[in-house]
Amino acid sequence: MPAPLLQVEHLTVHFDTRTTPVVAVDDVSFQIGEGETLGLVGESGSGKSVTAFAILRLLQPPGRITGGRVIFQGHDLLALSERDMREVRGAGISLIFQEPMTALNPVMTVGDQIAEALTVHGRGSRAEARARAIELLDAVRIADAARRVRDYPHQLSGGMRQRVMIAIALACRPPLVIADEPTTALDVTIQAQVLDLLRDLKARFNLALLLITHDFGVIAEMADRVAVMYKGRLVEEGPVRDILRRPRHEYTQTLLAAVPGMADLRASDLRTSNDLRPATYDPRRDSQ
Amino acid sequence: MALLDVRHLVKHFVRKQGLWRPPAVVKAVDDVSFAVEEGEMFGLVGESGSGKSTTGRCILRLIEPTSGDVRFRDENVLQFSRQRMRLARRDMQIVFQDPYSSLNPRMRVGDIVEEPLIIHKLGSRAERRERVAELFRLVGLDPDHLRRYPHQFSGGQRQRIGIARAIALNPALIIADEAVSALDVSIQAQVVNLLMDLKSRFKLTYLFIAHDLRLVEHICQRVAVMYLGKIVEMGDTRALFTAPQHPYTQALLSAVPVLDPDAPRRRIELDPKSFDREAPLKEIAASHWAAV
Repeated sequence: MPAPLLQVEHLTVHFDTRTTPVVAVDDVSFQIGEGETLGLVGESGSGKSVTAFAILRLLQPPGRITGGRVIFQGHDLLALSERDMREVRGAGISLIFQEPMTALNPVMTVGDQIAEALTVHGRGSRAEARARAIELLDAVRIADAARRVRDYPHQLSGGMRQRVMIAIALACRPPLVIADEPTTALDVTIQAQVLDLLRDLKARFNLALLLITHDFGVIAEMADRVAVMYKGRLVEEGPVRDILRRPRHEYTQTLLAAVPGMADLRASDLRTSNDLRPATYDPRRDSQ
Repeated sequence: MALLDVRHLVKHFVRKQGLWRPPAVVKAVDDVSFAVEEGEMFGLVGESGSGKSTTGRCILRLIEPTSGDVRFRDENVLQFSRQRMRLARRDMQIVFQDPYSSLNPRMRVGDIVEEPLIIHKLGSRAERRERVAELFRLVGLDPDHLRRYPHQFSGGQRQRIGIARAIALNPALIIADEAVSALDVSIQAQVVNLLMDLKSRFKLTYLFIAHDLRLVEHICQRVAVMYLGKIVEMGDTRALFTAPQHPYTQALLSAVPVLDPDAPRRRIELDPKSFDREAPLKEIAASHWAAV
């Protein structure tokens, strides 16, 4: 079996307070293979975003990494120089934020922002970067890309801004993208378009995705595997079907029970025919 | 007779565009009619900008509607005097979305919940204090925390404080405007359960304004779908969710992520040219209306 693209081992993050440090990420380990989507779910304050920021070494004080390793393509990111780390960010692993309005620069055209992502990594001249920016806007299905490239973020709708964020994240063809609640701020019809786009781009570029969300619907649509965080700990991890249908950990069970409509899925699961189930499913295991 | 009967409600916002250009008119609510029966949980759904929140606010006259009727217990509240309206608000309350901005940060939470009782001059000071403690217990908060400030509570607890304030005057109707949208899913479930408990206990009627279709499907008996200021479809929740008739409802429902990873997914893209924006609502089946 080839080594996974990203291996997080015993990652621990503390936040310093006036008295004792508080643990925000507590001995978290998981891995992501090439082209795989891992959904990281949990409620506010569970440590999912802090985990993402720690992987990219973007934590701000008072947060600091106090233990563990982050192996990406064979290198321990926590041991890299800041200079090498800058090359990893964007070219190796890129990040899509929840709020496209605050993450984009309001006084730069979207084309310049995409081109900047390319030129800081030494990918081509300014003119080449501009041409590539148009290609990327086209790839994220922004109509009339050649004209839109000169637009400022405020001229775009929320869904289009999130597409621009995705274009920036993909600019240097990173093998891994971390998406932190990429559709939470969007209306459901726009969310559906952005999810379809992400799925399409994943297949096209063989992208691996660490998808951070609190929405189990998004997880069911996108993830291959799911990791559940609670109070800084990873309490359960497994294939998406197992987690949604037969959660083992008490917290996952409670969390899923709170999702409207989830009870119907699991109730119907008991009586529907086998064609809905993955091949490995053994109905007798339900009675355990 | 319906408890709340909204007829041809219209709210236009006029934006001046300089001295010489004609003002732009935004039809936020554009001829909306629906009725909410006593004891019902009626869902009003739509995406941002559909006019659902403006509709809720117009009913309470927090925003003055441009035209139309809002009949509450068969009286048109839009014709009430200021004083009469204040009295009517005892029966019609609202719970807002954002538990952070809807509570005054400089007031103790006990005072926040007591305020409506003071405004309506109900009871002596001791009686009011007793009532506030009772309300705290009703919404699952500890009466020992009455003297705390809003920032000392979590989002879910703050929303309980907002609910305690809303039910302080024993209203008949509560407009819940995205009341649980900002909460984590497990907290959301607790607050929804609280709303349901209060509903059966005090025979409350809810106008539940939300964008979370899965939640609405779960808790509302009837639902109306708004799109660009108009209701495009309305009916029993089950019928509307299983057999949506309007192209917008179909597109909207097809966009909701399916919780079953193995279920087939069929996205329906909305073609705005596929329907007439001005088509009136027609009864297409028993208590199922669509603007097709």
